[in-house]
Amino acid sequence: MPEKIPFVDYLVLEPEPRLVAHECDSCSARFFDHRNACAACGAVSFHDVEIATTGEVRAFTIVALAAPGVPVPFAAAVVDCGGTSVRANLVNVPPDPEHISVGMKVKLATTLVGVDTAGTEAIGFGFEPLKGAANGR
Amino acid sequence: MGGEDIWIVGIHMTKFGKHPDKDTVDLASEAVMGALGDGAMTMKDVGVLAAGNLMGASTGIGQQLQKQVGQTGIPVYNVANACATGATALRTAIMALKAGECDAGLAVGVEKLAGAGLLGGGARAEDADTWTRRGRYGQVAPIDGRIGTETMPGVFAQIGMEYGHRYGGVDFELFARISEKNHAHSTLNPLASYQKRFSLEEIMGDVMIAYPNTRPMCSANCDGAAAAVVVTDAKRRTLSLEQQRRAVKISASVLTTDPWEEACQVLPNVNTLTRNAAAQAYEAAGIGPGDLDLVELHDCFATAELVHYDNLMLCEEGGAADYFRSGATWRDGAKPVNVSGGLESKGHPIAATGIANIWEICHHLRGEAGERQIEGARVGLAHVIGLGSACGVHILERAAA
Repeated sequence: MPEKIPFVDYLVLEPEPRLVAHECDSCSARFFDHRNACAACGAVSFHDVEIATTGEVRAFTIVALAAPGVPVPFAAAVVDCGGTSVRANLVNVPPDPEHISVGMKVKLATTLVGVDTAGTEAIGFGFEPLKGAANGR
Repeated sequence: MGGEDIWIVGIHMTKFGKHPDKDTVDLASEAVMGALGDGAMTMKDVGVLAAGNLMGASTGIGQQLQKQVGQTGIPVYNVANACATGATALRTAIMALKAGECDAGLAVGVEKLAGAGLLGGGARAEDADTWTRRGRYGQVAPIDGRIGTETMPGVFAQIGMEYGHRYGGVDFELFARISEKNHAHSTLNPLASYQKRFSLEEIMGDVMIAYPNTRPMCSANCDGAAAAVVVTDAKRRTLSLEQQRRAVKISASVLTTDPWEEACQVLPNVNTLTRNAAAQAYEAAGIGPGDLDLVELHDCFATAELVHYDNLMLCEEGGAADYFRSGATWRDGAKPVNVSGGLESKGHPIAATGIANIWEICHHLRGEAGERQIEGARVGLAHVIGLGSACGVHILERAAA
């Protein structure tokens, strides 16, 4: 088995893939980036919380023209995971408006971003349609 | 707006489009000399200069400009605030006047963007040979395209789609029809980059950039500059009757940023800060959205125009789609929006945009808008937004006859 590394530090791979946010100890605002303080209340202490691995597409676009080096087309979205918004690509679904809609139910999935010269796999994440859901397709 | 009223006495915008033979200093000089001439003023009358050029934000455009049009030793503020740079420059000059530092100020915005291509993101860097964590997300390689999109068309596409998800009644065709309106309006604006009317079919069938925004639904990169001369009320009363007649009152000048809300660091929230700016501006001016005769709002993409009908409170909350379908925002409707053609056809030379939209409103309030004049216009609103985010709203009123 090759070594695996999560693409970002808020993605945890083991035992099951999930996203982890920094939640403000004072006001419960959630953030995915490295924090200096809370943008909502100014407090400086945080704890980690696991984010729901299923959610609903609140907004999406299908990017057909991107910066050089970015493969297109791909579907970019905001997914509402139990009240916490997550930015991600939609994966394992054709990137076209016939297959993607706002309100569709999705679940977290991992993707292989690439393999470096040491043979380590960078594992990213996206959201794929939740099969069997009323609004999933 | 507390204290003394501030007035625009001179304002000018260059033709927006391709100016291969002019640099930013040429364009800014043209706008400044035009604005001074329009106000029958000279650089010697001006006590403060605020200047913006986003793509050259570290080059000191204000001082470069002074070296062409007048080195009078006055303070220069070089400002940068994304697509709200022009509005920020104007507001900086207004604040200096309100602070009592001087009685006349100048604001200018200029950009050279013709042929710039896609904005946002920039070329994605190559992945490193070995994965190493860097950046605020501890990413091992560049994020754009792997965790959503950083392109402007893609970000604003999601903003429009989110509005549709929340309130319903929104589809690709609706957004395309907004673009159809603005391109139709542009045919009456000789200073617009593009004056071509597009059919709905042409807009929907054009090159897709970021669904649902096709190419004509995106703001046009171009070159251009705009400048305005502002004076205190005391100064205005010393000017000629003709200058006073043509003066336009700045009834509100507001700049906001986005307050923290859930999701605002995931997808920029352009709604709350615009709504806050509009509420503050209406309050300061003692004017409601129903009093506006025309609006120039920041249609950087067709998907953005829709949400700002709601954010500026031109319609009921959640009612932007029905409001547009009623025809209200066409130039012959109840609330003409972007009669200049908007950013989609007039063009979007970033730092110039926040003054050019005020030039458009002033033109109508003075009754000088020619073929595209909105008859009897007395009150107008100009809005810009820069991602990050910053929102500028100005409410302008015609001088009492």
